[in-house]
Amino acid sequence: IRFILIQNRAGKTRLAKWYMQFDDDEKQKLIEEVHAVVTVQDAKHTIFVEFRNFKIIYRRYAGLYFCLCVDVNDNNLAYLEAIHNFVEVLNEYFHNICELDLVFNFYKVYTVVDEMFLAGEIRETSQTKVLKQLLMLQSLE
Amino acid sequence: MVASSLKLQELIQEIREAKTQAQEREVIQKECAHIRASFRDGDPLHSHRQLAKLLYAHMLGYPAHFGQMECLKLIASPRFTDKRVGYLGAMLLLDERQDAHLLITNSIKNDLSQGIEAVQGLALCTLSAMGSAEMCRDLAPEVEKLLLQPSAYVRKKAVLTAVHMIRKVPELSDTFLPPCAQLLHERHHGVLLGTVTLITELCERSPAALKHFRKVVPQLVHTLRTLVMTGCSTEHSVSGVSDPFLQVQILRLLRILGRNHEESSETMNDLLAQVATNTDASRNAGSAVLFETVLTIMDIRSAAGLRVLAVNILGRFLLNSDRNIRYVALTSLLKLVQSDHSAVQRHRPTVVECLQEPDASLSRRALELSLALVNSSNVRTMTQELQGFLESCPPDLRADCASGILLAAERFAPTKRWHIDTILRVLTTAGTYVRDDAVANLIQLIGGAQELHAYSVRRLYSALAEDISQQPLVQVAAWCIGEYGDLLLEGTCEETEPLQVEEDMVLTLLERVLQSHMSLPATRGYALTALMKLSTRLHGDNNRICQVMSIYGSCQDVELQQRAVEYNALFRKYDHLRAAVLEKMPLVERGGPQVNEEAKESKEVAQLSEAAPVPTETQASKLLDLLDLLDGPSENAQHPPPLDPTPGDTLIHLLDLPCAPLPSAPIPNLKVYEREGLQLTLSFVRPPGTPTLLLITVTATNTSGGDVTHFICQVAVPKSFQLQLQAPSGDTVPAQGGLPMTQLLRILNPNKAPLRLKLRLTYDHFGQSVQEIFEVNNLPVETWQ
Repeated sequence: IRFILIQNRAGKTRLAKWYMQFDDDEKQKLIEEVHAVVTVQDAKHTIFVEFRNFKIIYRRYAGLYFCLCVDVNDNNLAYLEAIHNFVEVLNEYFHNICELDLVFNFYKVYTVVDEMFLAGEIRETSQTKVLKQLLMLQSLE
Repeated sequence: MVASSLKLQELIQEIREAKTQAQEREVIQKECAHIRASFRDGDPLHSHRQLAKLLYAHMLGYPAHFGQMECLKLIASPRFTDKRVGYLGAMLLLDERQDAHLLITNSIKNDLSQGIEAVQGLALCTLSAMGSAEMCRDLAPEVEKLLLQPSAYVRKKAVLTAVHMIRKVPELSDTFLPPCAQLLHERHHGVLLGTVTLITELCERSPAALKHFRKVVPQLVHTLRTLVMTGCSTEHSVSGVSDPFLQVQILRLLRILGRNHEESSETMNDLLAQVATNTDASRNAGSAVLFETVLTIMDIRSAAGLRVLAVNILGRFLLNSDRNIRYVALTSLLKLVQSDHSAVQRHRPTVVECLQEPDASLSRRALELSLALVNSSNVRTMTQELQGFLESCPPDLRADCASGILLAAERFAPTKRWHIDTILRVLTTAGTYVRDDAVANLIQLIGGAQELHAYSVRRLYSALAEDISQQPLVQVAAWCIGEYGDLLLEGTCEETEPLQVEEDMVLTLLERVLQSHMSLPATRGYALTALMKLSTRLHGDNNRICQVMSIYGSCQDVELQQRAVEYNALFRKYDHLRAAVLEKMPLVERGGPQVNEEAKESKEVAQLSEAAPVPTETQASKLLDLLDLLDGPSENAQHPPPLDPTPGDTLIHLLDLPCAPLPSAPIPNLKVYEREGLQLTLSFVRPPGTPTLLLITVTATNTSGGDVTHFICQVAVPKSFQLQLQAPSGDTVPAQGGLPMTQLLRILNPNKAPLRLKLRLTYDHFGQSVQEIFEVNNLPVETWQ
């Protein structure tokens, strides 16, 4: 995985996790490009988009776009599952998550991301385990 | 005066309430000032809150680099909350290019060696996210130790951190190789997943690791089998498939291990078949696993039956209603079509259906795949489908589709008539998108099909009568009508409906083409020439045609004007020649699918120069046949000025043609130097477009027994000339007639003065160095006249 982005329809970034080095202005440009590409697609299009020399796999949940940018030869469908897994975990952790939750608790969302993805790869796939760990971390605060 | 620091939530609330961008900026700037002040004053209790606020501002896009040092301080603090925010800040604000990141190394080291899991986890996380090469090298031993820790939580993170380290510093792969074997025995899925990824990374980087890990193939096979067969643990299953992520990763590793390796591939064959049949493809997770299986089967040396199975799975994917799956299937089929052509053919109908997809990326892939699948047996149906698609597809795909259809038609056309029909249809639907040489190809094709002349000219006439906006179509039609106008007027042709065409109608049509503002200048040229040719073919009088020619004699476009003037001259002064001049053209030869116009012209010219001693009239007609020939395929031919009956002059007029870099009247080569087997020959080219330019190629050949080395040739010319010496092909002429060395000279001779050359050669031959200076005075007259 090259980077993970969660954006809303207006283009505001709710979460950006980069697994590759970029300059700040490059990051900003990337965010804008991804937003432009992803909001154009509607239900009739596939959810994979070719982007520079990578692929973007995205999924829309309510008003949020969850985008994963991966290498060209990665398995699209598997990462689609990963996105769904991630969203389910978020749902469980925040009890019916909505966009405001992501805004107000952004550092917690980062923790969830780190639990499930690390170094650009999928780390943990079992939702129960992830939740257990998150609760444990929370108790340390 | 430090105001009381806001809690994070309150800050966020405030920011969201800001109605305009400017207001938001104000709020944030005020807050950043507070934060900076508090960092300076060092408020330990609340610094994490400040940093959190700063991070939020950073996420919104505001500069936050002054928080970097604070991150370091927080990481070093013993409290967990501080550490968490500190590490998060480090991941967001610091990256390899900042100098401050090296300072974290020490803190990370300390944290890694502490016993607390959570802290270790955090440290590993940060390391994997932004660890630079130096950091990785420093901390490699620590991470290695952690790989063997009893706690699964830490081990998971350690494994993936190792992956990151290997990506940054490939030499570290040796350190991480040994623990892998042990880690594979894990029961814990998370660690297993990480380990498999680590092994994948190692194998991709170094072939030695690959060999090492081939041994574990049986074990991987076993693990995968248990995953697939036994009932899954609920916590890892996704919609009925047990831990698809792990399955996919193992399959991927198997693919890498089995590539080009017979033994491993055999062990995997059963397993792959099993996975393929047992996985339920109705949900996306199952499809993901199946897809990965297919990719693996394709890559390793698998049994033929297995490959067919894989293609069938892809075929099933194509029928799936989910677009994503279809996309994935099309992409893989494209890759497969080269190797397993027959298997993919079976799914041709489904592929063709996919052409109708509204999504552009899908239809493009379907188009590519369909074009790849065309072969001699299905060419008729396929072109039907593709032509239907051409009519409805978006413009950016049209060019590809049109050229694809034309190419396929060329390769597999069952009959000439069908071929002509197909090209006609393509031209009518997508005329503007075809490639330029399609016109030339079609003309050549029609010219070659004797029996179909009548048929094609009728079809073209009706097509033209309907629509004169498609330029390539108009050009071809004009040419055909010009050539075969008499056949058009004959009135009978078995293959199309009888069409009563009057001479007037034909002339009107061509005039319409001439006058239409949609016609390109090239098209007008075609039409003009066609009109001219009709003057001999038609039986009525030629007044109308004469009139048109005189009108165009004063046309703005130079090309048209020239043609019209020449044709006028043909009417007035050389009427007796007209019939001979405007005979039917000989068949154009072509060199392969790409019409090599220069080759054609040089052939014609060679014929012409052979015909030089033949009497004037026939020579003139051959010359003007060349005229017409050049008219057809190359639109930019300029005609030589009206005929001058002397043979030498006609040759030189031919020389004025701009379109070919051909040695028109070949000037004989000149041998200027010979010594001990080394010969120097000059060959001359006068490019027809620039009469003052002479290109000389100096060729050095060596027939002696010894090599000539360090060969340098220098040339001097008289003052009125300009010389340009280009780089030689080499400075060694091998012995025994080896590859000669060539060098190109460009000489500009604006005064047309007699040409003289002074050559200076230096080279080594038979162990001696030789220097020669000599003049060349006997250059043929044609080089400078």
